[in-house]
Amino acid sequence: MTAADAFSRKKSNTEARSVRILTFKIDDRDVSAREDETILAVARQNNIYIPTLCHLDGLSERGACRLCIVEIKGSPKLVPACVTRGREGIEVITNSERIADYRRKILELIFTERNHVCSVCVSNGHCELQQLAVNLGMTHVHYDYLYPRLAIDASHERFSLDHDRCVLCLRCVRVCDEIEGAHTWDVMKRGINSRVITDLNQPWGSSSTCTGCGKCVQVCPTGALSEKGKSVAEMVKRRQFLPYLQLMRGVDRE
Amino acid sequence: MSKMRIATTWLDGCSGCHMSLLDLDDRLADMAQQIEIVYGPLVDALEFPEAVDVALVEGAVSSDADVKKVRLIRERSKILVSFGDCAVTSNVPAMRNEFRVQEVLQRGYEENVSCHGQIPGVGVPALMPQVRPVHEYVEVDVFLPGCPPPADAIFFLLSELLQGRIPDLTGKSRFGA
Ligand code: SF4
Ligand code: FES
Repeated sequence: MTAADAFSRKKSNTEARSVRILTFKIDDRDVSAREDETILAVARQNNIYIPTLCHLDGLSERGACRLCIVEIKGSPKLVPACVTRGREGIEVITNSERIADYRRKILELIFTERNHVCSVCVSNGHCELQQLAVNLGMTHVHYDYLYPRLAIDASHERFSLDHDRCVLCLRCVRVCDEIEGAHTWDVMKRGINSRVITDLNQPWGSSSTCTGCGKCVQVCPTGALSEKGKSVAEMVKRRQFLPYLQLMRGVDRE
Repeated sequence: MSKMRIATTWLDGCSGCHMSLLDLDDRLADMAQQIEIVYGPLVDALEFPEAVDVALVEGAVSSDADVKKVRLIRERSKILVSFGDCAVTSNVPAMRNEFRVQEVLQRGYEENVSCHGQIPGVGVPALMPQVRPVHEYVEVDVFLPGCPPPADAIFFLLSELLQGRIPDLTGKSRFGA
């Protein structure tokens, strides 16, 4: 028996033994899913759109933004699709008036909490937050803008951090910890005072753990993390490396 | 049919939205039969007139004069459009909100000038403590984001209003534009 045979036998054995297949409904469509798949993953496989912000294929789920909320028939509670698994026989609704309303409100709160001045942002035209406003039909906010006074950390040689644009999705924290293995990024304080930090809240440029790989910059959905030297609308994120990471993580899991 | 009476104004903005309005080019000329521009930087009228059908308000509310003006516009207009990002979000003008007015004035009129630094006090409107979007002061009927909103979106807005409909602008423009 070759090593390859052994590998494939082992793999199919595991599958037969442990993975259950569920069937349930999303937006009145019958779907089947492995029991360990999230509602978001299943919806995507079936080309059903659920808006997301903190989710990024290739990173662990965080459930931070709540834009992916969906309804499950018979339950008054809305659940985040990116961290909720399917269950046999449930009926998921991804787009009702109620959900659309809540999603817009969440988005409005994100916009009012920091200073997202799209017109002068490095990420103008390439920003996931800006695009979500279009997708969810948000043309203005119903809350008061907070206009907080926030700092920019431009101490790193090649990158800068602008807290004005940060949505606390924590993709930077996850990619740095899970993929690069440096864990330079973290979060300090709580709630509305939360901030992403490098090392023990010291200037990024003086971080002793940062490898300068730039993955955090590329996964950041907004202009919060950017490459130096980029002017308004010039910062286009390059995510080509993510599918490879996903693949590697997939092999890990088998 | 009587013409639709349109007024346009800019508060704390850069006039870019008005430039975009002019970018309608011949479409604006075609519309001339149906609309009359009764007030704004493009026409010669001193006072904001009564019985305006549609008011396009560019710019954020930044000074005491803006507050007065936007309230008068609301009173005298059937439909008030929050026209462009400064009106809708306060946009760039609001970048001063992180500082106190006095700090901003000092920076602009004293620290950054090469001679005769002096903060103007007479004959100019007083700045409000913060720049705020139009809808925080008066009720707004239509929001058209964009910096500036594209000419096509403005054309759609006016065409719909001419048909007597409140336009659904979803997907026609975006913040930052
Ligand atoms: S800096 Fe960017 S990636 Fe990090 S939490 Fe803020 S928005 Fe997310
Ligand atoms: S994408 Fe699910 S909570 Fe952010």
